[in-house]
Amino acid sequence: MNVETPVLDVAAVTRRFPGVTAVDGVDFAVRAGEIHALLGENGAGKSTLIKILGGALRKDGGVIRLNGEPVDFHSPSAALAAGIAVIYQELVLCPHLSVAENILMGHLPRTAGLAVDWPAANRRVAELLAQLGVTLPLNAPVGRLSTAQQQLVEIAKALSRDSRILILDEPSATLGQRDLDHLFAVIRRLRGQGVAIVYISHRLEEIFAIADRVTVLKDGRLAGHWPIAEVTMQRLVRAMTGRDLGVVTGREGDAAAPVRLAVRNLSRKGAFADVSLSLRAGEIVGIAGLVGSGRTELLRAIFGADQPDAGTIEVDGQPARFRSPAQALRRGLGLLPEDRKTQGLLLDRALRENVSLASLRRFTRFGFLRPAAEERVVRELIDDLHIAARGPGQPVMTLSGGNQQKVVLARWLARRCGILLFDEPTRGVDVGAKEEIYRLIHALAAEGAAVLIVSSELKELFAICPRILVMREGRLVGEFAGLDLREDDVVDAMLMGGRADAAPTIAAG
Amino acid sequence: MRLQQSLPVERVGGGRQRLDARDILARYGTFLALIALIVVAALLSPRFLTPVNLMNVLRQTAIVGVLGIGMTYVILTAGIDLSVGATLALSAVLLAGTLETTGNIVLAMLVAVLAGMAVGLGNGLGVTLGRVQPFVMTLGMLGIARSIAFLYTGGEPIPVLDRTFLTLGIGYLWRIPIPSLIFIAILVVAALALRYTPFGRAVYAIGSNEEAARLSGIAVGRVKTLVYIISGATAGIGAIMYCSQFASAPPIAGEGYELDAIAAVVVGGTSLFGGQGGVIGTFFGALIIGILSNILNLMGVSPFAQPLAKGALIILAVLIVGRGRRG
Repeated sequence: MNVETPVLDVAAVTRRFPGVTAVDGVDFAVRAGEIHALLGENGAGKSTLIKILGGALRKDGGVIRLNGEPVDFHSPSAALAAGIAVIYQELVLCPHLSVAENILMGHLPRTAGLAVDWPAANRRVAELLAQLGVTLPLNAPVGRLSTAQQQLVEIAKALSRDSRILILDEPSATLGQRDLDHLFAVIRRLRGQGVAIVYISHRLEEIFAIADRVTVLKDGRLAGHWPIAEVTMQRLVRAMTGRDLGVVTGREGDAAAPVRLAVRNLSRKGAFADVSLSLRAGEIVGIAGLVGSGRTELLRAIFGADQPDAGTIEVDGQPARFRSPAQALRRGLGLLPEDRKTQGLLLDRALRENVSLASLRRFTRFGFLRPAAEERVVRELIDDLHIAARGPGQPVMTLSGGNQQKVVLARWLARRCGILLFDEPTRGVDVGAKEEIYRLIHALAAEGAAVLIVSSELKELFAICPRILVMREGRLVGEFAGLDLREDDVVDAMLMGGRADAAPTIAAG
Repeated sequence: MRLQQSLPVERVGGGRQRLDARDILARYGTFLALIALIVVAALLSPRFLTPVNLMNVLRQTAIVGVLGIGMTYVILTAGIDLSVGATLALSAVLLAGTLETTGNIVLAMLVAVLAGMAVGLGNGLGVTLGRVQPFVMTLGMLGIARSIAFLYTGGEPIPVLDRTFLTLGIGYLWRIPIPSLIFIAILVVAALALRYTPFGRAVYAIGSNEEAARLSGIAVGRVKTLVYIISGATAGIGAIMYCSQFASAPPIAGEGYELDAIAAVVVGGTSLFGGQGGVIGTFFGALIIGILSNILNLMGVSPFAQPLAKGALIILAVLIVGRGRRG
């Protein structure tokens, strides 16, 4: 077989959802007998792409060729019949059925009558497992197996359907190192048998350990593809995060300004550990780190949305222990959540209600809302933030992503919070709106607000933060400011956990 | 500058022309359906538009309408309260019992409302602190409240004989049945509270996106508990209306009323997913169901066939509203 001919060839595939193009004209080709890594941050379009390949979603445009023939799957079973098996992060096995039953689900061999031919079934399963080079207890219910073993059941199940293309969606997310090594051995074995493997992960170390080639997606678009031997980690990060050479334009923190927020040794099991930081009035501090480094969880714990297990928080020098976001609000904190649709907006309610939600008390007199006062403030914010809307009564569902993001921002401006925690303040926002949001953050700091920003885009952090903290695997592993603020160092810290801190971090992870 | 920024909106506006008919249907559909039903009813039966009959419809709508108002609050938070019928029965027998032993009307009515609120508090705490699904929590409470009503009365109805009290149910004020006036008064208060208080905003916010509401500092647990207490209170008020209309408090009182109340809410255009709708819609919804029963009675349609007509109407209403909302 000519190795240059792809078994699976995706050309200009596009998939739109209301308000967002999740996959935008992506090209992607996989050859037989190769392990092809698909890389990208959350929301880059990886999941959508593999759902299209696996028949779980329809494409809106583009062509998928399987062995040169155009295909268009309208169901997962159609994709499976064509030889494409997707193993999703959440395994879909029947926990009460045996390993053998799960592997041969839907096509158990039958005897002349209608009974299951168990000897034949067990022989077939034994063959499949031998092909993988693994052993599993055939008659045990799958629910009793470890996650790693269940994954092998899924892979064997895919093989039983003669799948020639195996797509693994973040298989390593729930595995320990030893299980991962085992999985790699299985994957390499399959490669040797000519199976094409698409391996999805955002752990770069793994990609370098296993993949032959890599394709990177960013914001739904193709950001590049390389043979693994011809690419560096830094190059991949740049492709994933869209980081360019950054210029520091942020305000220097005023060392004499009062400390608004001080966090000491804050920990939350399974999320982050031993984080200390402080934030002065008028200061903008960034937190960099890969997805899953604990950045979002840290902000949520400071805000009282989740409870920390250990450590202390001080607001304006006074100890604070927030049991709920409502308590944090009363002390002047505001959180712009990571995902505006699920955590920020009342999508089917009017813009007005969305903006005033956190500051209803301000518009209330004698127990009743004052619609005129509310209307005035909301209109002011619509003007100040250049929110493109017909008026305060428009449902936010009908606004564009950038304008929706501004609505959530407006909510905290209406509240006049002095300590702002922004999680991905410009996610899914176009360039123009991004600039406006940056200017707004600067204006807030200039008026004395203390701002803590989490962002996946290094370019963004470099553009607005004079001081950047780096998190990796739940720990703060670096702090960069002034002359030390160099992109290479920040990237190193994100990936390796910084200079001397590297060893303990990895052990803790 | 401003003009430029409104450009993309205009494009959205272009698409809205088509949406407008649906919008109108979604927003005023219930009201239009009510008008249509009244016209049809008047054509079908000459007796329909007589004052006596109309007053009867109003009186018969009052109990389910009041329950529907409490139910609207619960459903707006994306909850449900299946216990209101049984709560009405519990409140009714306690009312009748109190009236029998003390003869104190005010005390008896107070007992009814407080009992309803206590049941609502139980529901609310179960849903918030206990994290029990509203459907399951209130289904359990339905059984508990109904059973206590039976145990309290020993299964027999308690007669209600106080003439002054009965005036509440069968009397008129300004030629309008008193229960209907109570219904309207509660409706006005409920509508104002929903629209013009922070509590009302919180109710919509929770139904629309509970996590967003919590992260915006809304005391989600407190508000949710309160809507179940309100629903219980309306069941207590419904019990006062029931006893004063039927001069009796049987433990089987209010059986199936929860479904009529839910029907009124749904026909009134409130989304079972929460966050959309309101009590004015429920008012029209209750009237539609009341008028439908009335016209079926006037036409001499078999009682066996009446639930069929009601059921079909509810499904039809949701189909239409559903189209307008999410189509």
